[in-house]
Order: sequence, then C-alpha cells, then structure tokens
Amino acid sequence: MNRRIVTAALLAGTAMLSACKKEPPASLPPDPTPTATSSTSSGADTGAAVLGTQAHFENAVNGQNVIYFDTDKFDIDSADAAALQTQAAYLQQYTQIAITVEGHADERGTREYNLALGERRANSAKNYLIGLGLAENRIATVSHGKERPVALGSSEATWAQNRRAVSVVVN
Amino acid sequence: MIKPFAILLAVIAAPLVWTGPLAAQDLGQKPPEAGPIETTEEEGLSGSVSFEGDLEDLGIAIPGFATDRDAPTAANAGGTAALGKALAQVVFNDLRNNGLFKPVGPASLPQPGFGEITAPAWATWTNRSAEMLVGGYVRAGADGRLTVGCYLYDVALQKELARAGWVVPPVDWRRAGHKCADLVYSRLSGESPFFDSRIAYIAETGPKGARIKRLAIMDSDGANHRFITNGRATALTPRYSPDYRKLMYLSYVDKNPRIYVYDIGTGRQTLVAQSANPTFAPRWSPDGRSVLYSMAVGGNTDIYRVPATGGQATRLTNTPGIDIGGSYSPEGRQIVFESDRSGSQQCYLMNADGSGQRRISFGGTRCATPEWSPRGDQIAFTNASTFNIAVMSPSGGSVRTLTGGWQDEAPTWAPNGRVIQFFRTERNSGRAALYQVDLTGKNERRLPTPVDASDPAWGPILP
Repeated sequence: MNRRIVTAALLAGTAMLSACKKEPPASLPPDPTPTATSSTSSGADTGAAVLGTQAHFENAVNGQNVIYFDTDKFDIDSADAAALQTQAAYLQQYTQIAITVEGHADERGTREYNLALGERRANSAKNYLIGLGLAENRIATVSHGKERPVALGSSEATWAQNRRAVSVVVN
Repeated sequence: MIKPFAILLAVIAAPLVWTGPLAAQDLGQKPPEAGPIETTEEEGLSGSVSFEGDLEDLGIAIPGFATDRDAPTAANAGGTAALGKALAQVVFNDLRNNGLFKPVGPASLPQPGFGEITAPAWATWTNRSAEMLVGGYVRAGADGRLTVGCYLYDVALQKELARAGWVVPPVDWRRAGHKCADLVYSRLSGESPFFDSRIAYIAETGPKGARIKRLAIMDSDGANHRFITNGRATALTPRYSPDYRKLMYLSYVDKNPRIYVYDIGTGRQTLVAQSANPTFAPRWSPDGRSVLYSMAVGGNTDIYRVPATGGQATRLTNTPGIDIGGSYSPEGRQIVFESDRSGSQQCYLMNADGSGQRRISFGGTRCATPEWSPRGDQIAFTNASTFNIAVMSPSGGSVRTLTGGWQDEAPTWAPNGRVIQFFRTERNSGRAALYQVDLTGKNERRLPTPVDASDPAWGPILP
C-alpha cells in the first residue's frame, strides 16, 4: 500500500502548512455527527470509519474538510490552500468519491447577500480543487448563507468559525 | 338629509380549482384567495375638519357597530350584535396600534342604536371630549353575506365627513373593519390607506444552528395567520404578487436554494428559472407582469428579469461580484438594487432594461436590501454596517436612520409608503421578530406572531 504512505506524507505536510494560518478560529467547530455506516466494510478504513462516509473523509484529511474566510471575503489563503490540497489528495486516491462544498456566512450580513456570498465561497473552494486536477463533475456546491451557523454565539470568534466552506462526501 | 343605506353589490370570486400537489412541494396549507370587495358608495363628503392641532392628539370615539337585528352569522358565534363590537375593535386596534390619533374603543363607550348611526346623538359624544365619531353598522343578508357601513363624523361641526359601505362574505368580516379604519385614516390624514392588506413572512422555530423556517401569511394586524409550508424544507424571502394571487419565495425543497412561484388558486408551483444554478431574491414588478431574480453562475451572482408567465430571461447586470435583489420604482421605469462591485455592498440605480447603472449610496457604510417606496419619494434600505433601517431619497441623499436594534434588516413598505416593517435579530440567541416603524422613526412596535419571525413582505391594498 505505497499509495497510502504517500497520502499520509502529504497529509503531514499540509498539516504543517496549516499551522501558518494567520487568524485561525479560536476553537474548531464541534465534530459533526458521524454518518451511519450502513455499507459493508471495504477494508479501506481510516480509524473506525468506512470509506464512502463523511467520517472516513474527515479522519483522512485530519479535519481539514473545512476552510475559513475573512469578513466579506472569498479568497483562498495559504491555510485554505493547504486544506484543499489535503482534500484533493484524498479525492485523487478515492476516485469513486464525490463531494458537495457547502458555503456559509456569518450572521452579520443581510440574508440574500449572504446566500450569494456562501455560493461564492463554495465556488472558490471548488475552483481551487479543479485547479488541482479534480474533475468538475465530482464537486457540487450549495450555499446556506447564514442559515446554518456551526458556532452559535454572536462574537468575532464565533463569526470566524461560521465563515466557512465545508466539503461533504456525497452518499 | 342622510341617504338611506345604499344597496351594495359584491363580486364573488369564482372558486378556483385546487389541483393536487406537484413534485418538489413543501406546501402544507392553502392560503386564502383574495376575493375582491366592491364598494358602490362614493367616497365621503368633502369639507373642512374642525380640529386644529396634531393628529396624534385627535380624540376619536369608536363605539360598537350597530345592527338592525341580532342575527346569527358565521362570522361570530354571538351573532351580528357581538360582531358589531368586534368590528369596532378592529378599527380601534388598527388606529391605536399604529399610534394614530387618540382612539377610544367600544369597551369603554355606550353602544349606539341602529338608527343613531346615520343620526348621531351628538350630546353623548360632545360630553366625552371626542372630536371625531366613527359610527358603523353590520347587517346579515339572506345569503349569509354581511353588509357593513362606516361613517365618520366631526362632532364639533355635527357633520358627516366620510362614509362607505361594503359587502363581505362572513370569512372576510375583518376586512370591512380594516376598510373602515382606512377610511377614517385617509380622510383625517390625507394619506392613502394601508390597513386592508396582507403580509407574507417566514416563521422561525428551533435551535439557532438548525432553524426551521416556514412560509406564513397574515393580515396587516396579524389576524388570519396561516402557515403555508410545513417546514421540512427551509423557506426564505417571500413576496406577494401585486394581485395577491401568487407567492414567490426561496425554498431548499430540492436541497438547493431556488425561487419558486406558487399559484395560490391552482396550487401549482413552478421554478422561476429552469436552471441548475441557485436563484435568490425574488421580486415582482409593480404591474405584476415581470419578476426579477438573482442567479449565481460559477459563484458570480447577477440580476435577471423574466415575464411572470415564463419565457426568455434577460440578464440585467453583468459585473464580477454579487449583484442581487432589485426594487422597481412605482411606475416601473427604474430599479434600485444592491451590488458589491465597488468592494462592499452598495445601492445602485438602473433603468428597467438594465441600462444606466450608477451608484447612489455614498455614506461610508454598506447599503443593502433597497426597497422603493410605493409613493416613489423614498428608498428604504438596510445599513449593513450598523444593521439599522434607514431611508434616503432616490438620488441617495437625505439619509435618515429609523431604527436602533442590534441587527435590523430587510425593510418592506406599507402600501401607502408611510410605515416600514423589518425584522430584528437578537444578539447571541439569534431569535428574530417583525417590527414596524413609521417614517418619523416613531411608533416602533413589535408585531405579534405565533412564533419567531423574519423576512416580512407587505403586499399592496387588497383588490
């Protein structure tokens, strides 16, 4: 399984890169509820999770399935790039996996603008992944605007956690 | 000489066919159709009013509406006598809740007899320091429909100032009360009416991270509330068509945000754009013939116009960035919209064909969700830097801030352009409620809704 070693090395490298992020959120969002593992084991487990599940993806990319943005911004900074490279490595290894990038905004914006902003952020991530060689038809986007915050307070720290693009495995 | 009660006619809306639900629907309850009410009596008599001073100090007595005989009616279990009191209460609440005049309601006034409505017992009212008197009556017809009359008198002059009458089905009895309040308000203030209208909005329940958002409608006073969607899919940003026959709104019913046009009469629901791309921010033209929507292609959002009946869409904006929303001037020649082409949300004008785009907001703060007043003289918007509701002239000048909540957004105009509703979100909890404020910034109040509420959209005067 040479490929797995290569992936692991890539993951380690990008984890170091991500440490350089200028303004990381004060704390990471809580872990999402693991997707039910109804499919039979494929033998390609990462930890306890099964290939094809969100948990498998998140374990493999070390939680870097989420990237964060500054207020009103949608550009991919170096920390975002590192996370997306990690995601791309996973998707290049598991070519049967497709993802949806969910774009989000914080609550300090008007509803309709935030819907458009979330779509813009999701597309930023998608375009970066395509630039890394992934097929466009494996990456869908959806915007949730400010409708689905993951951090529930009203502080700069919570808003920073909510300005995000989340890559989710399509089942 | 007072005329006897005129014979009034009403048009009954032809019952429309309720077809079965189509695919991709999230609709739980059919909203009421807006049946027209016909008035045959001419608008009230002209002439000066004796009262001089601020209208908010004007005392108005609104005793219970009289009835010729206490008849059973589907509108009130207590019969037409009890209905008469309820009608006066609708008029009283409309005026009191909007900070208009100094109304006194039926609970604290003597009940006039049927004959006194056209021949007031003046001494009764002059002794109560009421400058104005609203006299009304209600009669049940043989077909069950109700005839409601409304008279406004100047007590000092002992003179009739205005009168009108309406025939309504029992289910629409409150509309007759709103029509009477509109008659009183219009005659005394010189402004256009606004009470006989409806509001579409989004009802919110559940935790902040997973709010359940349902399309809902209600009368301008919060009565006749109904949920339209069942909440399984998030619904946002509704807009009534000018004739109240359709609702446009955003739904995640197919997991992606898209604008749907829901025909209230037929139950038919269609996509505003046959496209895989997400669509946001539905808007009607004032004549109801066109709709605006905003569509993101590859992350870039622009504004499009399409005939309300479907057909070829026209792209109106073409800049990198987010161009979104849009609100027509009353005559339909211009559109005010929001764009971040300059780097931040700002308000822009364009001609209805998309030509002549120019920025109008230069206040140093973000300008969002512009809405053109039905009177044409003001544009309301969200200051998206401070999150307050403000108004400005159509050229972007004379900015006045009207509200001061932690986060206020999404203004919508009363049909007469004198009152604005918006929604206010609480810090931390994220709970939202509908509020109303008049153009002076006074008389701010929270609108009663069964659950939390956002995205209000005030429709025009009912047909």
